[in-house]
Amino acid sequence: MKKTLNQKAWFMVLPVLLLVAFSAIIPLMTVVNYSVQDTFGNNEFFWVGLEWFEEILHSERMHDALSRQAMFTAIILLIEIPLGIFVALHMPKNKGFWSSLCLVLVALPLLIPWNVVGTIWQVFGRVDIGLLGHSLASLGIDYNYTQNSTAAWFTIIIMDVWHWTSLVVLLCYAGLQSIPDAYYQAAKIDQASRWNVFRHIQLPKIKGVLLIAILLRFMDSFMIYTEPFVLTGGGPGNATTFLSIDLVKMAIGQFDLGPAAAFSLMYFLGILLVSYVFYTLMVNSEGQGS
Amino acid sequence: MAKITLSNLAHSYSKTPASPSDFALKTIDHIWEDGSAYALLGPSGCGKSTLLNIISGLLAPSQGKVLFDDNDVTSASTSERNIAQVFQFPVVYDTMTVRQNLAFPLKNRKLGAAYIDSRVNDVANMIGMQDFLNDKASGLTADAKQKISLGRGIVREDVNAILFDEPLTVIDPQMKWELRTQLKALHQQLGHTMIYVTHDQTEALTFADKVVVMSEGEVVQVGTPTELFERPAHTFVGFFIGSPGMNVLPVTVVGSKAMIGNHEIQLNSTYEQLSGTIEMGIRPEYIKLSNEPSGLAIKIDRVEDVGHHKIVRTRHALDDQSLGINVIVKEGLEITDDMQYLVFEREKINVYADKWLQDGKAAI
Repeated sequence: MKKTLNQKAWFMVLPVLLLVAFSAIIPLMTVVNYSVQDTFGNNEFFWVGLEWFEEILHSERMHDALSRQAMFTAIILLIEIPLGIFVALHMPKNKGFWSSLCLVLVALPLLIPWNVVGTIWQVFGRVDIGLLGHSLASLGIDYNYTQNSTAAWFTIIIMDVWHWTSLVVLLCYAGLQSIPDAYYQAAKIDQASRWNVFRHIQLPKIKGVLLIAILLRFMDSFMIYTEPFVLTGGGPGNATTFLSIDLVKMAIGQFDLGPAAAFSLMYFLGILLVSYVFYTLMVNSEGQGS
Repeated sequence: MAKITLSNLAHSYSKTPASPSDFALKTIDHIWEDGSAYALLGPSGCGKSTLLNIISGLLAPSQGKVLFDDNDVTSASTSERNIAQVFQFPVVYDTMTVRQNLAFPLKNRKLGAAYIDSRVNDVANMIGMQDFLNDKASGLTADAKQKISLGRGIVREDVNAILFDEPLTVIDPQMKWELRTQLKALHQQLGHTMIYVTHDQTEALTFADKVVVMSEGEVVQVGTPTELFERPAHTFVGFFIGSPGMNVLPVTVVGSKAMIGNHEIQLNSTYEQLSGTIEMGIRPEYIKLSNEPSGLAIKIDRVEDVGHHKIVRTRHALDDQSLGINVIVKEGLEITDDMQYLVFEREKINVYADKWLQDGKAAI
């Protein structure tokens, strides 16, 4: 049978094409546009090629921001993932009042707008009126997140753990709920230790959701902006200036649109790359499981 | 190995059981003899899994005691009871190889490496998995996984009993036969007390020395497959075992005569003063189609040919209702239009009062 040639189908794709163009491609292309040009104002641009990219790659300021960022992400992943698993393991297993209560309490921090989270902790940590700051100060600890960079880091990490561990908990809890009882019963009969139950039953069964949790936490923490911006504004000094805070400083504070555009493109591609690696890992491990 | 005694045992999932219907398991007194193979047979929701979990110690009974030999183990944990259980769905440790899976219960009990090694090899031979010992358990088929579960059950030599909770549900029909035969052979070889829960009568009858039939939380009969077939103690057993099940017909019994409406049937035994709802049970295998008007008049609804025999669905008009009666006819016997009567085999007729079997005196 001979197929009739019909080009009408292209019209069907058109709405999606337009939508994607306006929402993603065109804005992204303006960034690309900026990243390869320079301007001295008056809306006059001239071509500079890859100079901005080179400059950013060799800029010490960016290296510092990147290492702060990597450090931050590593720390919160190291805290939130084990803590999230731990909490999920200890939540009530059976459906009922207590498990519902736990779920609601755990989910609460996730429902708070991010700038509000920043504000809450800003007040909470204040030495004069904040519960945390005042308590620490009255214990004789020198705590002031606006002047001391260790205190600032401490506050931001605790804030992020408070805000986002819940996500890990919820995902792990859902994963744990899907394990049939027979596995636990068999483990009892085999006299498996608590650790073995975790290692050979629970962990393999929640591996899928756990990878999603790690991926989400990696992406979000690597792009973190609002909470530290509200809390410390990147300070004291540059102590908590993470990549996205630095990016905004560069683009809007200094109006260096060229380097900022080059920077954001590399930032974007970096996160995309890591996420892609994670995704591949995830799909492969699911394939093994079934 | 041990004798298991259930004494005055009952269980309710509700904390404050008010009526008998709150009990998943009504009062049971039963002894599982050492080294026998039992099947626990009943429809879904009859309490057989509850009973099994009480024996294995995964569930604490609301009332009564569980004894292993003479030790009260009612409050003992699963591992203290030293039993093995194989579940409905294969439970394997995905992270381990087949060998590690089989060795796991022994390792946790801190047995010597040399012993574990030889024992695992033996068990792998028994379940036919010796060629897969070093494979990852996660990549295996459902029946191979169930074999591993089974292997983990029998790997400990000193277990008091091995419990099976519908272990062949997820297995393909052909593999079912193979595994079941293997189980039976293992029982003969090992001599463990085995309790096998199932809702499949073929499975129960082929596996067990004795079948325990349960209905609505009660044990209604314990017997050999033949006893269950020939003398069902309760009409439920008659219905549940056999395909199709026993025909149960409302009758009035006077002495050694049973009446279905106006039709009189001579019985082998004499019954005196029966009270309650009286019924007569007769298996389809023991009814003949006949063209002699002395039999019970019926009409044939339809004939189902299932290969090695035919199931004839018939109907007898009684007053304003009609009684369905199933008859099994051997393949090869031709069913003619004039076959409008049924003849019952006298000695195979059972009489029930309020659904329970009645013993009569031998009629002279």
